[in-house]
Amino acid sequence: MDLFIQQVTSGLANGAIYASVALALVMIYTATEHINFAQGEMAMFSCYVAWQLIDWGTPYWIAFFAAIAISFAGGVTIERVILRRFHNAPVLSLIIVFIGLLVIFNSVAGWIWSFIIKEFPSPFRNLDTGTTLVGPHDLGVVAITLVILTALFLFFRFTPLGLAMRAAAQNPVSAKLVGVRVGWMLALGWGLAAAVGAVAGMMVAPIVFLDPNMMAGILLYGFASALLGGITNPGGAVLGGFILGVLENLVGTYLIGNDLKLTVALVIVVSVLIFKPSGLFGKVRVKRV
Amino acid sequence: MAGIQKNILWAGIVVVLAVILPLIPGVSDYRVFQLTLVLVYAIALLGLNVLTGFNGQFSLGHGAFYAVGAYVAAIMMDKWDMPYYSTVPVAAIVCLVVGFLFGLPALRLEGHYLALATFALALAVPQMLKHKSIEEWTGGVQGIVIIKPDPPFGLPISQDQWLYYFTLFVAVILFVCAWNLLRGRTGRALVAIRDYHMAADTMGVNSALYKSLTFGVSAMYTGIAGALGAIAIQFVAPDSFTILLSITLLVGVVIGGLASIPGAIFGALFVVYTPNIASDISKAAPWAIYGIFLIVFMYLMPTGIWGGLRRLAALIASRRGSA
Repeated sequence: MDLFIQQVTSGLANGAIYASVALALVMIYTATEHINFAQGEMAMFSCYVAWQLIDWGTPYWIAFFAAIAISFAGGVTIERVILRRFHNAPVLSLIIVFIGLLVIFNSVAGWIWSFIIKEFPSPFRNLDTGTTLVGPHDLGVVAITLVILTALFLFFRFTPLGLAMRAAAQNPVSAKLVGVRVGWMLALGWGLAAAVGAVAGMMVAPIVFLDPNMMAGILLYGFASALLGGITNPGGAVLGGFILGVLENLVGTYLIGNDLKLTVALVIVVSVLIFKPSGLFGKVRVKRV
Repeated sequence: MAGIQKNILWAGIVVVLAVILPLIPGVSDYRVFQLTLVLVYAIALLGLNVLTGFNGQFSLGHGAFYAVGAYVAAIMMDKWDMPYYSTVPVAAIVCLVVGFLFGLPALRLEGHYLALATFALALAVPQMLKHKSIEEWTGGVQGIVIIKPDPPFGLPISQDQWLYYFTLFVAVILFVCAWNLLRGRTGRALVAIRDYHMAADTMGVNSALYKSLTFGVSAMYTGIAGALGAIAIQFVAPDSFTILLSITLLVGVVIGGLASIPGAIFGALFVVYTPNIASDISKAAPWAIYGIFLIVFMYLMPTGIWGGLRRLAALIASRRGSA
């Protein structure tokens, strides 16, 4: 039983990380209907920025928030400088641009900080959970994810800026007519996504260690979580992340062992999608013919 | 029909050039090997282009079919001592069946969902190839080493040159087949499904059958490329068929030009030679240069190299017309 509980809680912690990545993907998707394949590498890069600040002697939490701010600025810049030129491009061209960004971030990180694996500190290491069933970092990760989700929800629901961003995503033409600067709203969306991704990166780095390829698998899980929960629904995407995290751990422990768990988890996700194509909690799209 | 005759003329010129190229003195065996790889990629890209460019179905998992083709060839040559040329049709049939079967459930998925499903396939295949239960066949993580075939009939050419001509022969047949397939009734059905599948259904196109068959044919092309690639490289291992291969194939299709047959050749040239050019420019971060290439290409030529060339040709023609 203890094993079961441990697997579930560590699954929830992994799930929280997938959920954050999924959230970042959903942010960009709702605004532009594109899946940002470079999201994971952007998060990895933010993580290196934080690592560098810590290495220079900055206290953890200052480095944490500085990295988030830098990522936000970076996200906005990428949208304004590169993506803006592709607003009317076909989907596949955009995918190639995202792949381009992915290899650029990966390669530049390897060039600056080398491909040697680095340790990344966890701020929750000394937290006392009072039980051996839940790891301190796991608990911290879940808490942080829930905080971000709440903050984003409040931002989009109750602030004028959040409202403007939603308007720009849902109906760009009408939003423009009432004076919303649609282009900048998209850029803000990119910035927020980069910031959320940065948090996800800094949460996962203590577990998988820091190296330029650390996010590859996690991005895929984030993608799968977002689709599983429903890519149009941020809450669903987070739930999808938790489901996938627990599922993956249980499948790995009880069914087939660790070497095929990624495959099995994905097969399950795909089979769910075959029966429920818009995800578990996504809106069913009605198309007018 | 002047258009078709012109096309045939151009294709003929390209084939003649391709035949002469390796015989030019000073072209080393390594260069010939690279050209063979260009042909291999061209076949694979053509397969993916039929699916993505003409039929509008995404695939981030064609590396999986490539891997299946490569392993079929390697196992047949290494374990059963079959001649190399016999592996190509077998790889074709195996991949046709696998692709068709995968295409059936994929019918329910569109766009990003299909991308995820195929992505999962691309990740799963290397893991499965490593699995213990089939290690006896696949050689596990170690993979399989195969021996390069000698030229037949005592031809006075090197092994690399012979393999190049063999691959060229297969490639020409496959390109002609694809051209015939796509310019007629079938091609129109595929494009109609891509552009508006509901309208296509109403016109009597059996879109479910066409879509899964297209998946099969596309996988068959890529599988043949895998078999030829394995023979040329003389080695297969699970780690040569990572997700990176699938991404490379997609990059090649889009950069070459979606929904165009010559685009496959340009895409293949890009895929084979750009990494070398990038690492000539910067040894420290070659992939950053590669990424910049991708973004700049998409900015300057959103319809790929072939689309860009056609636009250029049209521009020149209209200038000449107005002058």
